[in-house]
Amino acid sequence: MWSSWSPLRRLQRIAVSASRPAAAGNNNYIGGMQRREQSALAHRVYITRKVPPEGLEIVRRCGRVKFELWDSDDPVPRDELLKKVKGVDGLLCMLTEKVDAELLDAAGPNLKVLSTMSVGFDHLCLDELKKRGIRVGYTPDVLTDAVAELTVALLLATSRRLIEAAHEAKTGGWGTWRTLWLCGYELANSTVGILGLGRIGVAIAERLKPFKVKKFLYTDVAPRPQLAEMINAEYVSLEELAKQSDFLAACCALTPETQGICNRKLFSQMKKNAIFINTSRGGIVNQEDLYEALSAGQIAAAGLDVTTPEPLPTDHPLFKLKNCVILPHIASASYTTRNAMSALAANNLLAGLRGEPMPKELEL
Amino acid sequence: MQGTQQLLKVFVTRRIPQEGMRVLNQSGLCKVSLWDSDEPIPRTDLLQGVSGAHGILCLLSDRIDAEVINAAGPNLKVISTLSVGFDHLAVGEIKKRGVRVGYTPDVLTDATAELTVALLLATARRIPEGVEEVKNGGWSSWKPLWLCGYGLSGSTVGVIGLGRIGLAIARRLKPFGVKRLLYSGRTSKPQAMGTSLDRLVSESDFVVVSCSLTPETQGLCDKALFSKMKKTAVFVNTSRGAVVNQEDLHEALSSGRIAAAGLDVTTPEPLPTDHPLLKLKNCVILPHIGSATYSTRGIMAELCANNLLAGLTGSAMPSELAL
Repeated sequence: MWSSWSPLRRLQRIAVSASRPAAAGNNNYIGGMQRREQSALAHRVYITRKVPPEGLEIVRRCGRVKFELWDSDDPVPRDELLKKVKGVDGLLCMLTEKVDAELLDAAGPNLKVLSTMSVGFDHLCLDELKKRGIRVGYTPDVLTDAVAELTVALLLATSRRLIEAAHEAKTGGWGTWRTLWLCGYELANSTVGILGLGRIGVAIAERLKPFKVKKFLYTDVAPRPQLAEMINAEYVSLEELAKQSDFLAACCALTPETQGICNRKLFSQMKKNAIFINTSRGGIVNQEDLYEALSAGQIAAAGLDVTTPEPLPTDHPLFKLKNCVILPHIASASYTTRNAMSALAANNLLAGLRGEPMPKELEL
Repeated sequence: MQGTQQLLKVFVTRRIPQEGMRVLNQSGLCKVSLWDSDEPIPRTDLLQGVSGAHGILCLLSDRIDAEVINAAGPNLKVISTLSVGFDHLAVGEIKKRGVRVGYTPDVLTDATAELTVALLLATARRIPEGVEEVKNGGWSSWKPLWLCGYGLSGSTVGVIGLGRIGLAIARRLKPFGVKRLLYSGRTSKPQAMGTSLDRLVSESDFVVVSCSLTPETQGLCDKALFSKMKKTAVFVNTSRGAVVNQEDLHEALSSGRIAAAGLDVTTPEPLPTDHPLLKLKNCVILPHIGSATYSTRGIMAELCANNLLAGLTGSAMPSELAL
């Protein structure tokens, strides 16, 4: 139902199939200019996935770009990617592609711009990119609303036990109305803690406020007074955040400092009725420790939109737990947002090729 | 003095949270007869149990009609329900006999509004589908257009019935970037734009039903209503099941007439496990958990018990239903 009538899906099919020259290889689609216009002025670009139509259209319309596209919903295999990036001037990638020395060496000296269709950049080796003078574009802001919305959706689904409840409704566990069945934990009068206060953290807090949250706390590498003021949040240590929060939402970037920061120590300091939510990156959570904490009742429940690895193998212990809700990294998955990300990534790419300021450039 | 007075008889139709039982037991006013189970009381036991009762404390799953009131007899002074809805009470019969009614508005507003927003988001952002894909191996990698849903940002939300709960829902949706809030109901409210039902359903991206069940709202959400909605619209009902014509809803969902629906209430409750609505990917059904938080159910129980005691002593109730 969702995909069959989607107007955007229709647009996408039209965009890709419209003027389709002979495809070179399995999923490769070559577009842009006619052969006779392949002058030295053309920039060569590789796009690592079938991106949403808005972005593709922007690249296609650009007169000076000849692009090749991995025409699939699935990630391009590594060896194919290493082959295809040879000699490109620009690369538009997803968070599934590791952009490291190997890839950059394979691309060669022409590569001027790397544009990722994500706000996270833990898949990029920034040192290697900086060393080679390659500019980097990314997609902050356009996805903030969708991500904050999904984070709140996940928090509520977890705290109000929606998955358990929907399951009971389907499988016959639903008797008549009972007074304490499937009771959850309310946001009203609670303390919400944000681990890593950035754009997304603020947007989450703004959405939680009318649920009558009593107090917002946050922790970060340093205080963020401007952002904190927007949501009237108090700066505390990580330990205090753990001790006081009824709801703890992790919103920090994945860095060497935050790797595994949500571990046994943190969970042991949290309240028994606390709800833990992670929609940032799987790597900030020690999943064995989380499993322990959930099964021992150290915290009440957890909701994750990101895991290690992705996808999480279906036999992972976390799936055995009723009080753990896992989503397949869909925080920015709204039609408008993904198209906006695609458009921004395309514009970043083209600006980089022209040597102009990018709409959203990552400071290296 | 209370020790020498005869204790009034109270019949409680289900096991209720401790907060409520404590109030009754510590009052020294009544002798409590309890159907000590989490399961509903069978009809015959109910008719027997209420015999001679001065007060009945009931749940929304107990139909309190003429038969029950007659079985109770002339002692009956008060019926106190552990709910804000009262469509299970034969109000006409109750009024005729001069019996007072207590109910639990306000204290459950926050929990119910919260659950409604939770359900709306889960439906719009396809959360149960996402969970299922993760469990059954459908998740292979991050993909640009997989499992995309509908965001609230820039949307129009229409609330049918802007009462306490409807307003609380609207307040919670606002910071998600809702561009326009419409409502349709009996009275005018300054907080939102009042409009005809037709206009609300044709312009809303999210239609939220929050009205009480009355003869006027029975079957309100039917084929005609769904046919006016947008193809991309999401429909949410957390009021009462009977406001929705379920066959028409099934037709609208399976034909793509509307995008998706979330229901916390159905007809009947529970919904039989082979019901067609349970088979649809774009329909999320919850087993009536609107007010299901530990703190709210405890407060409801306390209020319900206090309403009952006030009815027994002929004093002012904290929350009396005007009959």
